[in-house]
Amino acid sequence: MQNDKHSIPSTPQEANIYWQLFASFFKIGAFTFGGGWAMISIIEREIVDKHKWIERDDFLDLLAVAQSLPGILAVNISTAVGDKLRGIKGSAIASIGTILPSFLIILAIAIFLTPDVIKGNRIISSIFMGIRPAVVALIVAPVITSAKAAKLTLKTVWIPLIVALMISIDVGFISNPILYIFLGAAGGWLYLVWSNRRLKSKP
Amino acid sequence: MTFYLKLIWAYIKIGIFGFGGGYAMLSLVEKAVVGPGWISEQMFTDIVAISQMTPGPIGINSATYIGYVAPASVDPALASPLWGITGSVLATLAVVLPSFFLVLYASHFIRRHHESGVIKSIFSGLRPVVVGLIASAAIMLMNAANFNPNGIRWQLMTNIAISVAAFCLVFFPIPWKGKKIKLHPIFVIILAGIAGFIIYGL
Repeated sequence: MQNDKHSIPSTPQEANIYWQLFASFFKIGAFTFGGGWAMISIIEREIVDKHKWIERDDFLDLLAVAQSLPGILAVNISTAVGDKLRGIKGSAIASIGTILPSFLIILAIAIFLTPDVIKGNRIISSIFMGIRPAVVALIVAPVITSAKAAKLTLKTVWIPLIVALMISIDVGFISNPILYIFLGAAGGWLYLVWSNRRLKSKP
Repeated sequence: MTFYLKLIWAYIKIGIFGFGGGYAMLSLVEKAVVGPGWISEQMFTDIVAISQMTPGPIGINSATYIGYVAPASVDPALASPLWGITGSVLATLAVVLPSFFLVLYASHFIRRHHESGVIKSIFSGLRPVVVGLIASAAIMLMNAANFNPNGIRWQLMTNIAISVAAFCLVFFPIPWKGKKIKLHPIFVIILAGIAGFIIYGL
């Protein structure tokens, strides 16, 4: 570290950001119910709003990368965010933060509780009855914020509508999200080629 | 010992070919662990249910759980918590590591060519698609399992109310002592859990 140790500690410490990264993703891992998409609003709040580590449209790009690669979405997002902030060390710390809560909780359950004990517990199942509809709402919120960040216009607003419709109907190949990731990437590139050509053809 | 190598290999494959997140991954997991008889079909269903009910990504939860129970179920000599924990650690790392390096490589590649017009144009095409992907996740979860598991009308209405309230709490800033604050999503999840307990548990 280049900072003088005796200087007044008003600047954020380097060790501190690793700790914040770990703490943020630990929180994200500990409170995500219902898979990777449900954690987006929590990640967005921690990374974009609270710590301002990443701009909202950069966050969207990062989501695109995390989604188009195989693996667990939540871990992919933490790897990409950690890497963006502090390289490979940051991504390792963020990923461990995401994994650790579920790892510890599941391990405790596997050791001490059998599946039927949990499923038969009236209190636990009633709590989850309330959590599930809230989780759905937590996924609707980032739809709106990301639509704003993507600066959708009348010319582009049909894209998310079609994509959402095709994936939701859930019929084999045409409902595969990867297909639309490829189409979106190809579409963006073709638009560039097309507009370059149009520029050249004009005098 | 050879069982642990098989377990690692199975989960590396799941990590490499598991596109589309945890739910899409579950079919691969089932083929990999129920197929060779490491755990029973019934046990697998129970593990999926618990993975959904506990916090954290489903892919991690099921890997940790299956890694713990599979050694004992395959070889009675491995029936101790220590062998189980070993299996948990190995399965979880194996499912995570392939995508960890893929994401690192992809982000470095993109950063190196960040200023290139091609990369920029590709991302401008991807952004509207990502909005659609998030929307589709929301739409697919608006199902009976989440809103009306028991097929009772008042429960459906209550759950819709919980969902709408949760959305408003997260999305609209609340005036509080002269400032406008936005509730943290984690806080909203806890509130919804309390509501569920009061409405359905008492």
